[in-house]
Amino acid sequence: MLPLLRSEIFILTLVIGVYLAALWLFRKTKLSLLHPLLVSIPVLAIVIHLLHIPFGEFEKGSRIISFMLGPTVVVMGYLLYEQFEQLKANAISIITAVFVGCLTGILSVVFIARYFGADHALIASLEPKSVTTPIAMSIAERSGGIPSIAAVVVIVVGIFGGIVGPFILERLGIKSRIARGLALGSAAHGLGTARAMELGAVEGAVSGLAIGVMGIMTAILVPLIEIVLGK
Amino acid sequence: MSDLPPKNYNFALELKMRLLSFFIFSMLVGIFIVFFFFALGEFIGWSINGFIPGSVIGMVLLFVALCLKIVKPEHVKPVAKFLCDNMGLFFLPAGVGIVNALEVLSQYWQAVLVACAVSTVVVIIVVASVQQWFEKHRKGAEDR
Repeated sequence: MLPLLRSEIFILTLVIGVYLAALWLFRKTKLSLLHPLLVSIPVLAIVIHLLHIPFGEFEKGSRIISFMLGPTVVVMGYLLYEQFEQLKANAISIITAVFVGCLTGILSVVFIARYFGADHALIASLEPKSVTTPIAMSIAERSGGIPSIAAVVVIVVGIFGGIVGPFILERLGIKSRIARGLALGSAAHGLGTARAMELGAVEGAVSGLAIGVMGIMTAILVPLIEIVLGK
Repeated sequence: MSDLPPKNYNFALELKMRLLSFFIFSMLVGIFIVFFFFALGEFIGWSINGFIPGSVIGMVLLFVALCLKIVKPEHVKPVAKFLCDNMGLFFLPAGVGIVNALEVLSQYWQAVLVACAVSTVVVIIVVASVQQWFEKHRKGAEDR
C-alpha cells in the first residue's frame, strides 16, 4: 500500500484531482480570495501529511507537472507576439513606464525587506513578486531564492493588486486606458489582467502585454541590481 | 468498382478521425518548437553563467522568431493556449513546498507583508503616472 501511495501515478492523479476540484469551487463561488491555488495548496499539504508521503517523494512524483513551467514561460513569447500590435504605436512610452515601474518595484522590495532584517534568500524570493508565477519562480531560483515562496507571494500580490489597483487608479485620476491596463498588468500579472479586462478591451490587451514586458525586464534587472547593491 | 467505399463506410467519422490526428500532429510540431526554443534558451543561459533564466531567454527567442516569421504563429498557438490556460496546475507542486518555508515566513512575516504591499502600490502608481505623462506630453507636442 505505502509504495503505491508514493508512486508517480498516484501523486499525479491526486494533484490534478485536487486542482480541478479547487477550480470548480472557484468557478462556482467566484470569490477572488478562493483562488484555486490558495485552496489547493493547503488541501494538498494536509492530504500529503495525513497519508505520510514525505515531501521529497511528493516532489519526485509531481516532477512532470513542475517541468511544464519552463515551456509555459517560453510560450509567453507567443502571447507577447500576439499583443505586439499594441506595442508598436506606443513602444517607447510602454517600455519606459514598465522599466521605471519594474526598477522602483524591485528596489522598494529590497530596501523594505532589508530594513526588517530579512535574509538574502527571502529577499530574492520577493524581488519578482509582480511577475507572472512561472517567470517569477525561475528568477527566484536563479538568484538564490526559494521558488515555493515566490509562487505563493506572487499569487497573493496578484489578488491584492487586482482588488486595490482600480481604486488607486481612480484616486490618481488616471484617465488613459493604456495607462490603466499597463499598471494593472505590471503590478498584478494575470490577476491584474483579469481585472483590466473588466475595465475594457484596450485595458485587457495592454495589460496582457505588460505581463510579458515586466517578466523580461525583471529577469534582466534583478541580477543587475544584485551587482550594484551587493547581496 | 472496387474503389467505392464499403456500404457501412462512415464518412463523417473518418473525417473526424483524420482531423483529430492532424490536430495531434500539429500539436506535436508545436511542442517540438517550444522545446527547441527552451533548449536553445537554456544553452544560452548556461553560456552566460545563468545571468538570466534559460526559459526567459527562450521566450524572447520565440518572440523574435515569430516577428521575423521564422516560426508560424498557428504552429505554436494550440500549445500556447493549453499551457497558459492550465498554468496554475504547473506551479501547484512547488506551491505545496511552502510548508518547508513556514518557519522563515513566520519569522519575517512583517517584512513580506509590508514589502509586497508597498511595492505593489508603488508599481501601480509609477507605471500609470509615467504612461499618462507620456501621453499628455505627446498630445502637447501634436497641438503645437
